[in-house]
Amino acid sequence: MNTSFPWLTLIGLIPLIGSVVLFALPAGLADKAKQIALGFSLLALLATIGAWTQFNYGSGEQFQLTETHEWIPQFGVSYALGVDGIALSLIIMSAILVPVCILAAWHDVPEGGSREKQYFAWMLFLEVFMIGVFAARDVFLFYVFFEAMLIPVYFLIGSYGGPRRQYAAVKFLLFSLAGGLVMLVALIALYFHGPGGTDGFLVERLTGLQMSTTAERWMWVGFFIAFAIKAPLVPVHTWLPDAAEQSKPAVATLLVGVLDKIGTYGMIRFCLQMFPGASEWATPVVIILAVISVVYGALLAIGQTDLMRLISYTSISHFGFIVLGIFAVTKTSWSGSSLYMVNHGFSTAALFLIAGMLIARRGSSRILDFGGWQRVVPGLAGVFLIAGLSGLSLPGLAPFVSEIMVIVGSFSRHPIAAGIATVGVVLAALYILLTYQRMMTGPKPELAEGVRDITGREKAVVAPLIALLLVLGFFPKPALDLINPAVDKTLQIVGVSDPAAPAADGSAH
Amino acid sequence: MTSLVFPAAEQAAAAAATGPAAYAWLLIAFPLLGAAILLLAGRRSDSWGPALATGLSWASFGLGVAILVQMLGLGAEERGMRSRLFELINTGSLKLDAGLLVDQLSISFVMLVTFVGSLIHVYSLGYMEHDVDKRRFFAYLNLFVAAMLTLVLADSYLVLFFGWEGVGLASYLLIGFWNHNPAYATAANKAFIVNRVGDIGMILALGMMFKTFGAVDFASVNERVGGASQTALTLIGLFLLLAACGKSAQFPLQSWLGDAMAGPTPVSALIHAATMVTAGVYLIVRSHAIFDAAPDARLAVTIVGAITLLFGAVVGMAKDDIKKALAASTMSQIGYMMLAAGLGPVGYVFAIFHLITHGFFKAGMFLGAGSVMHGMDNQVDMRRFGNLSGAMKLTWATFGLGWLAIIGFPGLSGWWSKDKIIEAAFVGEGWRPWVFGLVTLFGAGLTAFYMSRLFFMTFQGKKRWTDEVHPHESPATMTVPMIILSLGSLALGAILAMVKFPEWLAPVTNGGHLEHREPVLSIPAIQIATFVLMALGIAVAWMKYWRDDVPVVAPEGNVLTKAARADLFQDDVNETVFRAPGAGLVEVLDDLDRGGVDKVAVGGLGGTTALLSSKLRRLQNGFARSYALTMLAGVVALLGAVWVIQ
Repeated sequence: MNTSFPWLTLIGLIPLIGSVVLFALPAGLADKAKQIALGFSLLALLATIGAWTQFNYGSGEQFQLTETHEWIPQFGVSYALGVDGIALSLIIMSAILVPVCILAAWHDVPEGGSREKQYFAWMLFLEVFMIGVFAARDVFLFYVFFEAMLIPVYFLIGSYGGPRRQYAAVKFLLFSLAGGLVMLVALIALYFHGPGGTDGFLVERLTGLQMSTTAERWMWVGFFIAFAIKAPLVPVHTWLPDAAEQSKPAVATLLVGVLDKIGTYGMIRFCLQMFPGASEWATPVVIILAVISVVYGALLAIGQTDLMRLISYTSISHFGFIVLGIFAVTKTSWSGSSLYMVNHGFSTAALFLIAGMLIARRGSSRILDFGGWQRVVPGLAGVFLIAGLSGLSLPGLAPFVSEIMVIVGSFSRHPIAAGIATVGVVLAALYILLTYQRMMTGPKPELAEGVRDITGREKAVVAPLIALLLVLGFFPKPALDLINPAVDKTLQIVGVSDPAAPAADGSAH
Repeated sequence: MTSLVFPAAEQAAAAAATGPAAYAWLLIAFPLLGAAILLLAGRRSDSWGPALATGLSWASFGLGVAILVQMLGLGAEERGMRSRLFELINTGSLKLDAGLLVDQLSISFVMLVTFVGSLIHVYSLGYMEHDVDKRRFFAYLNLFVAAMLTLVLADSYLVLFFGWEGVGLASYLLIGFWNHNPAYATAANKAFIVNRVGDIGMILALGMMFKTFGAVDFASVNERVGGASQTALTLIGLFLLLAACGKSAQFPLQSWLGDAMAGPTPVSALIHAATMVTAGVYLIVRSHAIFDAAPDARLAVTIVGAITLLFGAVVGMAKDDIKKALAASTMSQIGYMMLAAGLGPVGYVFAIFHLITHGFFKAGMFLGAGSVMHGMDNQVDMRRFGNLSGAMKLTWATFGLGWLAIIGFPGLSGWWSKDKIIEAAFVGEGWRPWVFGLVTLFGAGLTAFYMSRLFFMTFQGKKRWTDEVHPHESPATMTVPMIILSLGSLALGAILAMVKFPEWLAPVTNGGHLEHREPVLSIPAIQIATFVLMALGIAVAWMKYWRDDVPVVAPEGNVLTKAARADLFQDDVNETVFRAPGAGLVEVLDDLDRGGVDKVAVGGLGGTTALLSSKLRRLQNGFARSYALTMLAGVVALLGAVWVIQ
């Protein structure tokens, strides 16, 4: 469906204006920076909901809300936007998480002044690219957003993070740049295998191309390396724990909850849609890496002594599940992986942000610096447990439905891999419950000064996340209804159908 | 010879629910609402919360009775009623509604869970009266009831799994209710994590069912069993057994149950004796269509039951902690039920029959133990009890009925259900009836011994308590539930036998009518042997723990006693085989990840990172510039390529 109104541009434009306003804000108004940032992010959320209402679930087109304008016609680059259900669900998730993160980051820059206003300006600037990268329908435009978002992230980590922030920011940048450059080569090569012309970089022009097996495989590798680093998949994951540990919790949330999804989203949109043959060729290796990520990430999480690092390793384990589901290529596993991307965003946000509230009170992110805190801050302990239980995929909380869909869907094609991945379910119980035990149980500690339990602002941060985790945990239909048509459509393009169940028709007795 | 296996297709397909059964979702909603209100309202609900939770639990019981009455008025083939709630998942290939199934089997559980559960709510009003977190305790109890009802009312394996994990969560929260004691927090973790190992079985079973049948709801799975390969069915059966082992504390996943006694005693009674731990038996019986068609998986169920039956009995003989001795006996009794479920159509109904009667007498005894602790300053060491029959007459009498019921004293509840299991175990051909029959028979003797030991050490013989404790009877909120449950210990077995409960259950569990098979020994011979072994067990216990003085410090004991006291070294095995190597692996991987993966696996990239990062630290202000240069380089490369080609 082509709509005359440029919804997607609007969603991106609002935070862009917001960030310009903030950068230009006179010093006298600097103490209002966070309120302004929150206002713009809520406006962007409203625009996103507006776009959602215009989305037609029954459309036969792959992309909707499309906008196409020539940008650099000489090189076939267009400013082309458009979303399917998978991309829109990720945009909705991002638009929800940004205001939540801004509210959580309220006191992140206690010195205030221009440093504070820039902090929130960078966050809004990041949102522009988060929306853009999921909305891009032109491969080159996707690449531009993909690379451009490194700039706000670099400053958010490098200028506002912990003691080793510079190291973490540079490590993040180098990994991302390395991946991005490899992808650049691959996408240029892809352009020359396509029809060319003034709109030769459009996703639909580059889908279903005839090319030599070797060329397809090389290009697949180029895209995949970039996405594997982003996701991240073991063994190219090592930038993530450092980046998450050194970031403010709100930044870590956007980094792990949203930016990492570009990797898994890219695998579906580019690796599988454009190179189905090469994807099939590489599947055994990717499945093995995914299963290793599930188990390795979980084992490493168990061994962590820093709360932020621990949460980032749990994400590596969860991304293993998402990648497993994507490369198992069944309706159920794809649907599960796409839903998992959304659910993981809310679950990780709850974990990181509540961890941040605890860290702010204790002045340390070392797990062993806590102990007995359930008796100190019962409210925070309660919501931390709920967030943790969503991290171990307890039924009734959002990630469970997606995880079981990934495992069950993958099982019908790769039973051994799916079977090994279920070990991650036990390990998840270990890393969450051991952490809860160390931080929250035991005798009440002697603290020098009183510690406040969860505040009103913090409740406003946590409540929407827990509400979403519960609603999607019991009633995932709204998200699945959005995602499933996109899954069906993309699978049709990839040209893969589900394995048949041998006893599905039953038999006469 | 007639076949033992009934074709599943004979089972009438469940019709849409009408009347009270259409409101079955309220059974779950009442206690769930209670949990939500108590947790969200916080301290404000301290005064009225516990009473509200108790009331909502009784409300579920009331609705359960209404559904039962409705069902009794229907013909045998109309009793299964399904209600669809909402669409849970629909991916085109996997379609699943959240729905409930009310039939003879699920309503039996509803009655057990809501009745015993509500009584235990009442008991807790007294038992937890002075606990500062009483409200939170009642919220968790309500949460448990809601989850347990979801488990038994689900019409698919996936919805069942919601309840399955829900009861696990409630169990975790309640075992760790006093988690300011680090040992209790560890016990809570242990329960959840061991259960998760079992959950692997549940998840793999779901995967295998979807792969084989393309569906995970009971009706489709039962209908399609005939078209599946033997291998697939056996695998599904073994996966389900693994799940059942975790939840029902069966060998080799039994280690958590003893430690779970860290929870407040009403919790031990409700969750870790009467209801949740029997969920594994429910799962096997509910999946009878699969097990009927997978005899190897069924044999595995029987073997697991037989091992656990003896394991629990041996451990129970050596424990001096009254709650841990009761926990061991629970494990052993569930072993009986598992064994019966593994026997197939001759055993399913008796597994459930025993499950129901056990729910009453074991809950009653746990509440009795709680009453003893209440009067004895929370002591649990039976070597410090003795001769409490005088000080706590009601507790003594109600516990006494529970004791007679569990040892299978003729006429009491346990006799009706357990003797049937022993008879069924003697049915069959070849070595099996002899092995399984003799195990159940021998187990009956051991049960009589260790339960009599427990009863005599606590209530009979000489007093061994110190002067500062003043044993006294508990308040009425505690004794009334005990009296009601003891009536169940006394007469429930006889009543259920009289109303032909096994025959009523058979259409669901056996897919048809109950078939009678002759055991390899005559039934009177089995009954006499059981009685003689029981009498022997009591006699030996009488000599050692009533007639003779019981030392207040446990004698050193022989090798076997030591092993039994240490739970047959279950924790040492887990520590050596799993935890210690696991911890070592984590440590090695952590070292590797901090240096190794960057330098080795990623090769040049990581090395460059380390090298460049030191230089770039100095260039931090100019970094945006170098980034822009990189971007520019990319664009130039693009332009160049275009130019060359055109």
